[in-house]
Formats: sequence, C-alpha cells, structure tokens
Amino acid sequence: MSNVAQSAALELNGSQNLKKWGGWILGVGIWFLPLLWTDLTTYLVLTVAGITMGMLLFLTASGFTIILGLMDVINLAHGAFFAWGAYTGFTALTLLNKYGWVETGSLGQSVGSILICLVLALAIGWVLGVILEWLLIRRTYGSHLKQILITMGAALVMAEIITIFWGPNDEVVQTPAAFTGSIDVFDVIVEKFRLLAILVGGAVFIAMNWVLHKTKLGIIVRGGVENGEVVQTLGHNIRRIFTYVFAAGAALAAMGGTMWSIYTQEIRPDMGEENLIFALIVVVIGGMGSVTGCFLASLMVGLAFNYVAFSAPTLALGVNIMIMAVILLLRPSGLMGRD
Amino acid sequence: MPDTVLTLEGVQTFIDQHHILQGVSLEVPAGQALVLLGRNGAGKSTTLRTVMGLTPASRGSIVFDGADITQARPYEIARAGIGFVPEDQAVLYTLTVEENFRLAMLSEDEASFARQEAVFELFPDLKKFWKSKAGVLSGGQKQMLAIARTMVNDHKLLLIDEPSKGLAPILVDQLAESLNQIKSHTTIVLVEQNFHMASQVGQDYYILDDGLVVHQGVMSDLAQDHELKQKYLGIA
Repeated sequence: MSNVAQSAALELNGSQNLKKWGGWILGVGIWFLPLLWTDLTTYLVLTVAGITMGMLLFLTASGFTIILGLMDVINLAHGAFFAWGAYTGFTALTLLNKYGWVETGSLGQSVGSILICLVLALAIGWVLGVILEWLLIRRTYGSHLKQILITMGAALVMAEIITIFWGPNDEVVQTPAAFTGSIDVFDVIVEKFRLLAILVGGAVFIAMNWVLHKTKLGIIVRGGVENGEVVQTLGHNIRRIFTYVFAAGAALAAMGGTMWSIYTQEIRPDMGEENLIFALIVVVIGGMGSVTGCFLASLMVGLAFNYVAFSAPTLALGVNIMIMAVILLLRPSGLMGRD
Repeated sequence: MPDTVLTLEGVQTFIDQHHILQGVSLEVPAGQALVLLGRNGAGKSTTLRTVMGLTPASRGSIVFDGADITQARPYEIARAGIGFVPEDQAVLYTLTVEENFRLAMLSEDEASFARQEAVFELFPDLKKFWKSKAGVLSGGQKQMLAIARTMVNDHKLLLIDEPSKGLAPILVDQLAESLNQIKSHTTIVLVEQNFHMASQVGQDYYILDDGLVVHQGVMSDLAQDHELKQKYLGIA
C-alpha cells in the first residue's frame, strides 16, 4: 500500500519537476531553434541584431509599462514621443554635420554628437511628457476609454506637427563616423552602432533598477504600482510623482527614438505607430508594471523578429503576435506580471 | 476635560450613487481608544475612509487637531498626523518589510529611527523578517506590519480598520495587548467586529447603523447591555 502511494508521490513529483524544468528548457532552447536553418555565423549576427533591437524597444516599452502599472493609464501617444525624439536627433545631427562633426569628425566629435542627440531627446521628451500629462492625461484618470481616445488623438496631432516642421517625407539620418562600419569577431560581423545601442540599453536597465530598488522614489513607485491607495495614505502625493514618472517615460521613449533612427538611418513622421505596436506586444508579454519582465520581453521580441525576418520577412511581426498569444494563454498576467 | 482630536459633523458620503454615510457626527477625545461598532455595511469602514479622504465627504465637516480636513487629499491628511491601517492587512506584498517601513517614514530623521526601534520591541517578529518580502509574512505578522509601519511617524491619531479579521484567537489577544500599549501615547479610532477585542481595547464607543450614529456610550456599560447588543450588533 505504502509502496503504491510512494510511487504515486514520486510520479507526481516527477511530473512537477518535468513541468518546471520543461518550461525552462523550452523557454531557453527555443532561441537555438534558428540554428536548424542558419549557420552559426549568421545566427550570431542575427542574435546581436536581435539584442540591439530588444534594447531599443526596452527604452520605449519600459516607460509605457510603468505608466500603466502606476496610474492605470494607457498612453497611446507614447509612440509619438519616440518619433519626436527621432526628429530631434535628426535635426541635431544635421546641424552638427555642417560643422563637420558627424560624417567626418574625430572619435570625440562622434561621441559628442551622440551625447548631444540623447540629451536633447531626453529634454524634448520630458517637456512634451509634462505638457501632455498636465493638459490631457490627468483629466482622464480612471477611464480607459477616455485615455485611449484622447491619447490616440494626441498621437495623430503630434505626428502632424512633425510633418509641419519637417515635412511628410522620409529622411536619411547620418551615423557619426566613429560608429559606422563594423568589427569582425571570429568572422561574426558586428556593427559598431549596435554595440553602442546595447551599451545604452543595458545602462538604462541597470540605472532604472537602481532607482526603483535603492531610492525612496523607487520604493514609492513600486508600492504605487502594487497599491496606490495605501501609498497615498502613507503620505505620498502619488499624482505628482506620476507626473514625473510620465515625463521620465516620455524622455526614455524619445531617447529610444533617437537611437532607433540612427540605427536604421531613416525617419518618417508616422514611425511612432509602428514602435507603439512593438511596445504594446512587449508590455503584454512582460507583464504590466514589471521592468524586468519588460526587459526580458523586449529581448524576446527583438530576437524573434530578427531570426524570422532573416528567413521569412513577411512573418516577422506575426511571429511576435503569436508569442504574445502563447504567453497570454500560459500566463495571462505576463512573464513577470501580478495576477 | 480632555481635548478633542477629531470631530465629524453631519458627514455624508456617497460611493457612486449609494448614500453610505447619511450624516455621521462624532467626537474623538484625546488619549483613548474609541471603538466604532455596527453590523456589516453600517458605514464603519467608510467613516474611516472618509476621514482619510479616500471617499471624500460631500456634506458636513471633519476637523482634525483644529484644522478643517474635509476636502484635503489623503496624502495631506497623512502628513497632518493621521495614521491609517486599512482593512485586510494592506501591506505592500512586493516590497520588503524594510521597504514598507521606509515608505511609511515621512521624515527620515533620528526621532523616526528611534520610534522604529521602539516598534521592534512591540513587534519583535518584524525585525526577524526585515529583509523578506512582506508577502511571505503570516496573516498576523502582516497585520502587525500594517500597524507598526504607521508608528514610525509621530501621528496624533491612528485609524485602524478591523485588525482582528482573519486572525487566530491567540493573536487577537496579543494584538489587543499591543493596541493597549499604543493608546498610552496615541489616540486610536478602532473599527472592530470582534466584540471581545473591542471591549479589551476600547473606552468609549459609537454604534453605527445604516450610515448614522444610533448610540454612544462607555464600553464597560455596553458589555452588560444585552438588549442593545442584540439590537444593533446581532450578538447576545
């Protein structure tokens, strides 16, 4: 009798282990699947490209997810900050190029022009974020329908203002000289700008975690994402803090836009929309309000997009939507989301 | 003649279209634990939430420590000196015990840290779980954390909503003991369904029914008054 019970218990234990480890093996193993139809060198090139894309997506999606988690605000104008950041960077690079800093400059001038672009994008994003929050968002607390309608309108207006200032056509963005070209690591061609993008994305992730876990502001934000009411009754003005968080999210999206435009070397007024779709997919996969979940999801989306785009370009976006659907089926609250 | 810490005058509160508080008036004298009693849905919790500004009053006035706080926002009320311990052990699960304390500490000065040390003497368990997520604490420990974190501030008044809910009887006695120590330096308004706990801690009481104060008096008298208890509290 006890033997039967024991073996049943073992079996149960085994099936739980299988489920746990199976999930891990599947979750990690699936990223090696492309090796079946690509050779190792191509695979590594695609992997670097995927991580780059993931890091840049993270810059937009992380702001979106905290804004959603903290005040339950759906901001469909988030992609517009991305586009404004891209155009800010483009304008700065065009001006700097007149002084010979961009296409021909020294290493110092290249680094300087990237820094100038990023700082300007952060500033523009922050200012636009404060204006939008103050003008529109705070009137829509608690109503998702109002938020969706008003921020969609704001996104259209912001894209139209871009066409007024910069015209409706695509523009070519110059990459600063020191970051053009690539380096060769054991036959794997790695573009220099990709390394920079990975560096910037990683630094933002680390900085964000530091703020969220080591500062009082971070504790208030994390507490607020979990239960805003309790945090208010502990004496914190969560609305004012939300304005800062909203502006910071907008600034990061704008910074992401600048990096993205230099990476792809082109910009269009409606580039925010496409980015918003990716950001939404990332937020759903990662789980609302979770920065780590957002980071992992960004990498997943970036990698999947690049692996699939290499062999079947038309399926690239579809595959990400499929990943989102599978995650929603298995874990409705996302990778790191709360139930 | 004791001072009055908190005065509610004809307070009416709506939640959506529901008229929850229909004119609550009460006075909280300084230096004691006042108990709000009443059936489920009588408006006890809403009274505390209205004082805290979470469900603002649409009519009437709330005066705390000489200042009108009727229209103040929750964070302003907390900073004015009212600590709130919500229902259902509302600690922040994803934060550590330490972070829960840090979140509650309004000014990180020496006096606050001294009070924090004093709190550990009252609730020694919290020190043991200092670096753990609050979500792993037991129900009783969560309740202690929810009360303890408000005590790092120099609050004049603590509003505590059903602290005994879901706790084992032995923990309820411990909690009553702790509250009795707290009330020696901080005025308490306690909403409590557990009559045993209420009579251990409370001095004066108010009974609410259908959003109105229907009775008030001294706890030790109520314990003897079986008719009144039967009528409004449904206990013999």
